[in-house]
Amino acid sequence: MLQYFEDETFDVRKPRSGPVIENVSRRSVLGGILSGTGLVLSVSLSPASAREALKLYPTGADDMPNKWVTDPKVFVAIDPDGAVTIVAHRAEMGTGIKTSLPAVVADEMEADWSRVRLTQATGDEPRYGNQDTDGSRSMRHFIQAMRTCGASMRHMLETAAAIKWDVESPLCRARNHRVYLLDKDNKETGKSFGFGELAALAMTLPVPAQQTLLYKSPDEFTLIGKGNFQIADLHDITTGKAQYGADVRLPGMKYAVMVRPAVLGGKLKSYDASETLKVPGVEAVYEIEGVFTVPRVFSILGGVAIVANSTYAAIRGREALVTEWENGPNASYNSPEYDKEMTATAAKPGKVLRDQGDVDAAFAKAKQVFSADYHAQHMVQAPMEPLVCVAHVTNDKAEVWAPAQSPWGARKDIAAALKIPLENVTVNVTLLGGGFGRKSNWDYMVEAAHISQKHGGTPILLQWTREDDIQHAFYHTVSVERIDAAIDEQGKVTAWRHRSVAPSIISTFKADDGHSFPIEDGMGLVNTPFDIPNVRCENGKAMAHTRIGWYRSVSTQPHTFAVQSAVCELADKLGRDPKDFLLELVGAPRKLDPKALGFPKDFWNYGDPYEAFPIDTARLINVINIAAEKAGWGKKLPDGEGLGIAAHCAWSSYVATVVHAKIDKDGKIRVPEVTTAVDCGLYVNPERIRSQLEGAAVMGMSNALYSGITFKDGAVEQSNFTDYNVVRMSNYPEKVTVHIIDAPHGTHSGGIGEPAVAPMIAGLANAIFAASKKRLRSIPMGDTIA
Amino acid sequence: MPSIKINGETREFSGDPDMPLLWFIRDDLNLTGTKFGCGAGVCGACTVHVDGTAVRSCQTTVADAAGKSITTIEGLSPDGNHPVQKAWRKVSVPQCGFCQAGQIMQAASLLSKNNAPSDAQIVEEMSGNICRCGCYQRIHEAIRLAAGGV
Repeated sequence: MLQYFEDETFDVRKPRSGPVIENVSRRSVLGGILSGTGLVLSVSLSPASAREALKLYPTGADDMPNKWVTDPKVFVAIDPDGAVTIVAHRAEMGTGIKTSLPAVVADEMEADWSRVRLTQATGDEPRYGNQDTDGSRSMRHFIQAMRTCGASMRHMLETAAAIKWDVESPLCRARNHRVYLLDKDNKETGKSFGFGELAALAMTLPVPAQQTLLYKSPDEFTLIGKGNFQIADLHDITTGKAQYGADVRLPGMKYAVMVRPAVLGGKLKSYDASETLKVPGVEAVYEIEGVFTVPRVFSILGGVAIVANSTYAAIRGREALVTEWENGPNASYNSPEYDKEMTATAAKPGKVLRDQGDVDAAFAKAKQVFSADYHAQHMVQAPMEPLVCVAHVTNDKAEVWAPAQSPWGARKDIAAALKIPLENVTVNVTLLGGGFGRKSNWDYMVEAAHISQKHGGTPILLQWTREDDIQHAFYHTVSVERIDAAIDEQGKVTAWRHRSVAPSIISTFKADDGHSFPIEDGMGLVNTPFDIPNVRCENGKAMAHTRIGWYRSVSTQPHTFAVQSAVCELADKLGRDPKDFLLELVGAPRKLDPKALGFPKDFWNYGDPYEAFPIDTARLINVINIAAEKAGWGKKLPDGEGLGIAAHCAWSSYVATVVHAKIDKDGKIRVPEVTTAVDCGLYVNPERIRSQLEGAAVMGMSNALYSGITFKDGAVEQSNFTDYNVVRMSNYPEKVTVHIIDAPHGTHSGGIGEPAVAPMIAGLANAIFAASKKRLRSIPMGDTIA
Repeated sequence: MPSIKINGETREFSGDPDMPLLWFIRDDLNLTGTKFGCGAGVCGACTVHVDGTAVRSCQTTVADAAGKSITTIEGLSPDGNHPVQKAWRKVSVPQCGFCQAGQIMQAASLLSKNNAPSDAQIVEEMSGNICRCGCYQRIHEAIRLAAGGV
């Protein structure tokens, strides 16, 4: 039962013309990529009626560097034998996007999926549009571009057929890799051309104007929304053939590792490589000059590189290297003291970001006041593939191969670092063995380029070890969130004050003033969708002492953990059911009015224009109800077990998660079941949405229970999966079920990679409370209840 | 000079006998399916079979492996159709895929010794292999499927 409350669509997409067609249905395509034969049961149809004009809606892609490109001559190639190649311009790090976006093109152009091959784009944004594969925006920003690309290609193929037959192009209709000639009754005549026969001519034709295109209607989709295709690299992954960063092999290639400063901004005073150079296989040692200008952006830390004939020899050489450092001011960074400072800051008024109603008056009149602090430690992305880059720099040319989330940015910085022209730099994107935001920061790629250049233009594979990965990251922030709520005599929440204190990601990009920036504030701080008359959101000052960066789900983690924990705590205080109380706070189905609610003027809506992507509480209520219903909310559970719920709107999608926690006799926290409902608008591959949300439950549980980074004297205390713990099969969410809302035709696509992590964290905290009456307000919480 | 049989082929090794098998496989033999994940034997990405049993190749020296028979993901099945590989594809286990060679080798080792593992035995056997994408539920399902015959 997938309910939907809003039957209005956000833009108007009416069939352009045409009579009502005969019953046309498509057999769903089963069996995956190798059997993609989208057979149409009826071949008699009106060409125009099943297709529709599409008025493109604005997205955040319009504001991204190099925006978006729809040209099929850029993205599609068709061989004379009909083999179709489609370019994947976004990086594959596990979301399935390398397959999903080309599938959109293939569907719109009526290509037979079994005859489609994919190719990964190099870093070239002027050609392909934006390539920053982060921010859960690949589908959000590019589904329209890829549909347009496919529809254009189809029109060009149909036009080529019309030229060959010398008929009007409406009589030519593409279906399953061929273009068919129709008679005046729109029946197929039996004449047809394969795509391969039309390709050469089609590619000489002008690309049609977008306004003239007809797109497939949803009932015509063969791939979009069907879940009938697997990721392109699946077979290679299971046989060890898939190529990740460290799997690139070049003739004469050498291996390198680096020593970097333990403390951010630390400078190399001296080093002694005499023992290093005695290690068999070590060829050379180079000092790599760090970049110390602020803002640092993704500049390299500097240090010493060891080049050898194997990774092992390089690592041995590093072990033998003696270095001395000038640590600089960040050596004063100690996590326990910093947490105390943040807690004190959160107890005082901060910079006001949102002010709605009269919060002070409401607190003055309150019958009861609820206050709580929620703490979170730093975290690190720790993708299974540690950072790595192969670089080959010769004279004024550089070619690199890397698992890169942002190949274009890397290309620009490599050119700048080596002082060579941009056009002489090629960035090849391998598969990413996970990214989670770390591989959006290309310091490791610039390092590799420097080492190759210093080693006389030899190809270099720079391998980061796991210790490097954990100790030299761009860390998820550390935070204290304070929530205060005023409650009146009727038990209604009359005021809500949320103070967030956390060093900001913006400190990486500009001089640090200790305050957050709109992108962080928009992740569940200022846009809490509660129907409370008085709301104030504040930010307290916290200076950064390490590199703060993006980690999957970013600031929704601390914000949603705090907000959704507080809701559950309030419910308990007031003797209410947490789900009912959450729904009461969300209030009536409505689209939030940012102005009336006192949102900041520079409110950031995940980059999307608010008018096209408003926060719609109807959709939030819907996912809450569905998750609760599917999880059996309210069912009687044995002692030591409980359900917790959390929900939010994030990345223009709506997610509600119900976590079932069970406390073992020995106090160990177990998660037998997680039930998630998601409304992400028009979706392409439900099978990959499920896998993303299954994974979000695992990562959310890691973050909630296990994963914390702490600093002592400016250096990270953890070093490997021995002390930076993550969920393993020994204690994992055993059964994650995902319910995807079939939103009405015309609902815009939202993000999927990130939105489900934070509800898992808060839902788990709430479930632990339901199971044990223990309220855990600091993550990582540990996996045992004392 | 130690000789090691890798995927049925005898290979000679002349370097440092303390070199972890992982780097011999990857850097000397260019068999890149076996992955480096932690270097400490705690993530399982580098799992290979030594005489049919799963081991961490980052913790096994070349000297340890001398005279033994090593199987890497490339040698698990000539056509890539080991029941575990087939089950993995059927369930669409991988997300990023990086840890999956290690997971598959671990699972194949388990099933070679116990063709009907209990859920608890699966959990015990697989808990040394980390997947940051969080594919555990599907890994578990795929092992059950492989055990039952794909």
